[in-house]
Amino acid sequence: MPAGLFRALLTVAGAVAAIVVAIAISSVAILAAGASPTQAFAAFFDFGETERSVVNGIATMLNRSVPLFIAGLAVAIGFRMNLFNIGVEGQYKIAAVCAAYVGSLFVAPAPIQILVIIVVAAAVGGLYALIPAVMKVTRGVNEVISTIMLNFIAIQLAAFLVRGPFTGQRTEGQLTTNTPLLPESAWFPNLNVLFELFGLPAPRGGGLWGFLAVAILLGMGIWVLLERTRFGFDVKASGLNPSAALASGVNPKKMVISAMVLSGAVAGLIGLPEILGDKHTFGSNFTPGLGFLGIAVALLGRNKPAGIAVAALLFGFLDRAQGPLQFASVPPSVIMIMQGAIVLLVVIANEITSRIAVRHEERRAAQQLGRNTPVEVAA
Amino acid sequence: MSSDPLAAARPAVELAGITKRFPGVVANHDVCLTVEPGTVHAIVGENGAGKSTLMKILYGMQQPDEGTIKVNGQEVAFRTPSDAIAAGIGMVHQHFMLADNFTVLENIVLGAEPSKGLVLDSGRARERVKELAAGHGLQVGPDRLVEDLGVGDRQRVEILKVLYRGARILILDEPTAVLVPQEVDELFETLRELKAGGLTVIFISHKLDEVLSIADAITVIRRGTTVTSVDPREVTARQLAELMVGSELPTPETRESTVTDTVMLKVSGLTIEADGHRPIPKGASVSAYADRLRAEGRRLLLDDVSFEIHRGEILGIAGVEGNGQSELIEAIMGMRPAHGDIALGGEDITSWSTLKRRESGIGYIPEDRHRQGLLLEASLWENRVLGHQTRPPARSGIWINRRASKADTERIVKDYDVRTPSVDTLALALSGGNQQKLIVGREMSSEPTFLIAAHPTRGVDVGAQAAIWDHLRNARAAGLAVLLISADLDELIGLSDTLHVIYKGRLVARLDPSDVTPERLGGYMTGAITGTEET
Repeated sequence: MPAGLFRALLTVAGAVAAIVVAIAISSVAILAAGASPTQAFAAFFDFGETERSVVNGIATMLNRSVPLFIAGLAVAIGFRMNLFNIGVEGQYKIAAVCAAYVGSLFVAPAPIQILVIIVVAAAVGGLYALIPAVMKVTRGVNEVISTIMLNFIAIQLAAFLVRGPFTGQRTEGQLTTNTPLLPESAWFPNLNVLFELFGLPAPRGGGLWGFLAVAILLGMGIWVLLERTRFGFDVKASGLNPSAALASGVNPKKMVISAMVLSGAVAGLIGLPEILGDKHTFGSNFTPGLGFLGIAVALLGRNKPAGIAVAALLFGFLDRAQGPLQFASVPPSVIMIMQGAIVLLVVIANEITSRIAVRHEERRAAQQLGRNTPVEVAA
Repeated sequence: MSSDPLAAARPAVELAGITKRFPGVVANHDVCLTVEPGTVHAIVGENGAGKSTLMKILYGMQQPDEGTIKVNGQEVAFRTPSDAIAAGIGMVHQHFMLADNFTVLENIVLGAEPSKGLVLDSGRARERVKELAAGHGLQVGPDRLVEDLGVGDRQRVEILKVLYRGARILILDEPTAVLVPQEVDELFETLRELKAGGLTVIFISHKLDEVLSIADAITVIRRGTTVTSVDPREVTARQLAELMVGSELPTPETRESTVTDTVMLKVSGLTIEADGHRPIPKGASVSAYADRLRAEGRRLLLDDVSFEIHRGEILGIAGVEGNGQSELIEAIMGMRPAHGDIALGGEDITSWSTLKRRESGIGYIPEDRHRQGLLLEASLWENRVLGHQTRPPARSGIWINRRASKADTERIVKDYDVRTPSVDTLALALSGGNQQKLIVGREMSSEPTFLIAAHPTRGVDVGAQAAIWDHLRNARAAGLAVLLISADLDELIGLSDTLHVIYKGRLVARLDPSDVTPERLGGYMTGAITGTEET
């Protein structure tokens, strides 16, 4: 068996084992809450009776997964070189409010309008991440601490901006404040056509967000960047062995700044699926916590774009069951227990499987050498 | 201890038919070893021959699949090192396991503290340690901090630690690897005292001259099994080495000089402060600045170091580790700020980045290949790219050229005899010698004009050592300038055209390698001989 395949199978086996144990742990939690685990797990797979409700469920799950995927990518870029960007949460909030406001200031043809919004979001996220990066390379401030602190600033700043300078028209009886509504040219076309292809009805509301396509392209782009380019090699080397990277001529300061800014720029895009695809504005009730969940998603996906996609889909799948769980009279916080348990167990499983893989590799090498090489040592 | 009067006559350790398999690999097979009590028994073998697995089995860190272990005539089955310690076996590891910020006494009793109720009984501990130290000639001040101790003293603390736990059988894993000749003599004196005190010493080494001078019996291990046991009085180092390798072996020897007139690397006034780099005040020269720092009583890691290396010259730097060698390398590589000037081929490179220095033809074989030389969790071909990611064949535009990198790694694997299943194997799966050959091959592949070789054959078996020496010699003949830093004095004397000794950050002597002995070199390295300049 090729080594790569063995490693991949081992990873999958570890993840499956982790999920099985996580289900067992959640069952205990559900029992303790006085509900039935079988009903609860049935609720996760209960997408409703009619075609339309199934379609709605799938669209909800995918719509939830897209920002989580982008958040996971943002975190993973830092993780790849042992740089803990905990500030994704703040970076996406500040980027979202700025992008939503700038986008509402002008009207241009749709592609230009959307492109400008994306660029503004990435630029704001990247610039905000530049602050902890500069602090780290000039003064040695640990990025974990600085990014956590900058999160508080960003969240409060975003709340202030949306109430103050960036606020838009508030309609009668509305409790939230929002940035001005985006012009229609900034409304990202949905992907409901995918359902229609299979003869299914279109989902309700905003439908399947079109930003899904952008996220897939982004994931592929980041894979290429990390796995195939010189920059990606430098990131990998810095992550695996900083001293060796330094000795090989990689400039650690430059790497910290570029990886952090790239991570922040990707983080800036997290809010866009919702803004461009559904709300068309940034409001005080904008979905929170995506940056923190992104850390879990990146861990679960082992910092690889494909793994992050699977992890984001799993989280989306679990989050979708909020409603059905309540119908089955199971507290929906079970979802968070499951997510927490899965991440914890997958981290443990990763550690175990990577040790097994390393040992396997050593043995395989020793075995092949024992067979192939002559016994005498050449002098 | 057994009250059986026959116990004294029984072997202290008897291993019979020991076999240890890892899936697909047999690490040890049919190992037989008899160690008589009150002797120093040496076990010699190449790296990877199975010495360490065998010792791990004897120390209870691994369990054998087959075979029996008898200690003092009684069959034992160790499950953990604690079982081995209880049976009177102690191990002194190659890498010291001491807490630097503790005193000698604290380190010795750590983990086996005598107590009065809940309180540490330091009075009793002190008595026992003094007793042991006096009884075995292991004098170390019990209240000194370990961080202030030299290597030899640290080793004595390690031995005391083992004795304190009641060991009667000591396993010493490559104890001389970190010592200079004078310290080796002291260690041997200690071992003789231990032997006189009735203790048994198992001495693992591949330095054959030392083995011959200290051991009462020698067992040779090759490819996982015991080849033979010999009497040190009846065997020469060369015969022993051939038993180890199973073939004829070479030595690093001087050949006709290939030194040219062209200066390749010129280092002048290189100075590094111990307490952080500060810019030199305007107008002051480096040596004046260094003088001032010395006058202020500041410690200098590098103190006004100047030398030249010509094309086709190997310049060796001898010195006890920690006397500025690492700092010198890092300054030349541009990884550490330093005062003074560095010129490569007549061009001033003082302000250049590490990357630019590498691109302009500096190759680097680092002293610690795991720390600075390799990405252990990456494949061999990715390790080939490391340090060359800006140059072909590794790079094309913004991309890493995977195909060309792999092809070039195949070439290195072939030319440098790296034993590996494929170039996609992870670097950690290779033995130390093969990892080192890969690094040497990589650094040579960009045709450097100047090479830093720091401990190029450390932890490498005899076969690979000879190959690496050959590569260095060939490159030297082709005009390469080499800065060689090594702890292996034979290697330094054998390969170098010029030899400098570094002591406390200063180049204290310049010696002619053709008429210097390791003993005299050791004298300069420890500061025992000072001041003479020979040319």
